[in-house]
Amino acid sequence: MGKYILKRLLLAIPTFIIITAVVYFLSSKAPGNPVDLIKAAGNITPEMEAQLRHQYGLDQPVIIRYLKWLGGIFTGNMGLSSRTNQPVADLIAQRIGPTLLLTVTSLIISLLIAIPLGVMAAVKPYSVWDHLSSFFSFLGAAAPNFFVALILVYIFAIKLGWLPSMGMTTGGASGPLDVIRHLVLPVIVMVIQLLGTFVKQTRGSMLDVINEEYVKTARAKGLKENKVVIRHILRNALIPIVSTVGMTIPLLVGGATVTEQVFAWPGMGSLLILSISQRDYNTIMGITIVIAIAVLVSSLLIDLLYAYLDPRIRLD
Amino acid sequence: MKSGREFLHSFVRHKLAMIGLIIFLAEIVLVLVLPPVMHLDPTAIDSTHFSAAPGGSHILGTDDVGRDMFARVVCGGRISILIGVAATAISVVIGLPLGLFAGYYRGKAETIIMRAADIFLSFPSMVLILVIVAVFGSSIPALIILIGVLNWPAIAKLIYGNVLSVRSMEYVEAERAIGTPSLKILFQTVMPNSIAPLWVSLSFRISNAMITESALSFLGAGVQPPTPSWGNIIQNATSLVVLTQRWWIWIPAGLCLVVTIFCINFIGEGVRDALDPKMKRM
Repeated sequence: MGKYILKRLLLAIPTFIIITAVVYFLSSKAPGNPVDLIKAAGNITPEMEAQLRHQYGLDQPVIIRYLKWLGGIFTGNMGLSSRTNQPVADLIAQRIGPTLLLTVTSLIISLLIAIPLGVMAAVKPYSVWDHLSSFFSFLGAAAPNFFVALILVYIFAIKLGWLPSMGMTTGGASGPLDVIRHLVLPVIVMVIQLLGTFVKQTRGSMLDVINEEYVKTARAKGLKENKVVIRHILRNALIPIVSTVGMTIPLLVGGATVTEQVFAWPGMGSLLILSISQRDYNTIMGITIVIAIAVLVSSLLIDLLYAYLDPRIRLD
Repeated sequence: MKSGREFLHSFVRHKLAMIGLIIFLAEIVLVLVLPPVMHLDPTAIDSTHFSAAPGGSHILGTDDVGRDMFARVVCGGRISILIGVAATAISVVIGLPLGLFAGYYRGKAETIIMRAADIFLSFPSMVLILVIVAVFGSSIPALIILIGVLNWPAIAKLIYGNVLSVRSMEYVEAERAIGTPSLKILFQTVMPNSIAPLWVSLSFRISNAMITESALSFLGAGVQPPTPSWGNIIQNATSLVVLTQRWWIWIPAGLCLVVTIFCINFIGEGVRDALDPKMKRM
């Protein structure tokens, strides 16, 4: 197991370096570095420009600048937001909680619906469960999440007035119940998008396991059908679902960005869109790095969980 | 593998796929033919009709600056479909050869290409496109290239997996034994025998690219108004007045987008079932 962890870590490091290097390269191409701004504001001599470049470290080789910037990221220094003049790290810190709340809730609810549905679809082919699972996997792949979100807002927030459509709280005093009410619509949008992949995977891996010899053995020794399905089929079928969850994380983050924007959810996605519209590059880069780290760490954890559940992986 | 005729035969019997194909082809013809025939101008402003309801000279009404919504939906469809198809073409041009090389030559090529694919897949492409567009600005060619380039790993992985099993087939071994140049084996024997899943995935890739484009345009980072796309037309609905009282501005574009994506995915399901009945409903 130790060797496997090391191998996965060694794979995650180049990924992290490449993503951060690409982001750094992009940020260095962004218009408006401080020296250019001063230069545009008034005429300065070449000597003054050179001195300014030195002062801002722009005369150093790009690799040194990148390493310094990376060091800054790790010590929590992501620069100031040009929009609010606050440290980017503080802005992001306020937004991480709501994003995690939205994504983790959506992930858990999709799995809680998808796994039983996928199991029923596999155990009872051509039943209503089977058709329902095909319907959800089709819908998940075909429905544009922002349009689904608008339709839900129109029906449930405006026509029926049952649920709020904006933000995370109703200003002023707000308890957990208020947050839950605000969470319902965004979570439904995210669940519709995620459900399809999970249902399809559950059904598929159930069908892979259902004809294994050990399942026949379990039946032959007279175990009840429920026990066979849960103890012998589902336990083994769940393993590939773990890795599907890992592969869905980028989709989850991308979906959250759109969903947060539609529902004005105060998370990192809506902050990203706001920063883009205001050309706030430090914040854009900060969010990108945080997302990169979050995606890499969660993929790593999923990989490890996968290896823990399925010892065959480690022996490879 | 089935012959072309058998394939056509079973595809034609797939009802949803045929309906999807007919609607999608009709849409393509309409978005190409209607603008020149009806002299549709999606950016022309009718200063006597602002936010007009459907009827009279504007069958789908006008938006808040007096532009004809019918013209915008038709011309927006042209752009949305173009981006979906062109971006997918780019993904295939990059992903197909890379998948073939990685699967056939194994070794270093395999490690580098598949590792690169994993890196691409590990980051939300939506976020990356948003950032790139924020720095360099957005244009239709840029969107096509970005969406196309970021989607190559899905195609490369698909081809790669298939090549791995095809390369050890006896007919490939036989070609190697008689000394056929490896590039010739790769493109004349291995490629035709490992390309089937690409046909299945092609339509799903196109609909995926269209969803990405429309989401980006909806967020203001895709096709820039006044040029219409279904995504940026739907963006109008982020205004509460449009959302609640002017359905004609956002619902038609949204329905077109949803119907198109459904049709394209139906075609994909038909191709999959027709190519391999065993894969049915997986």
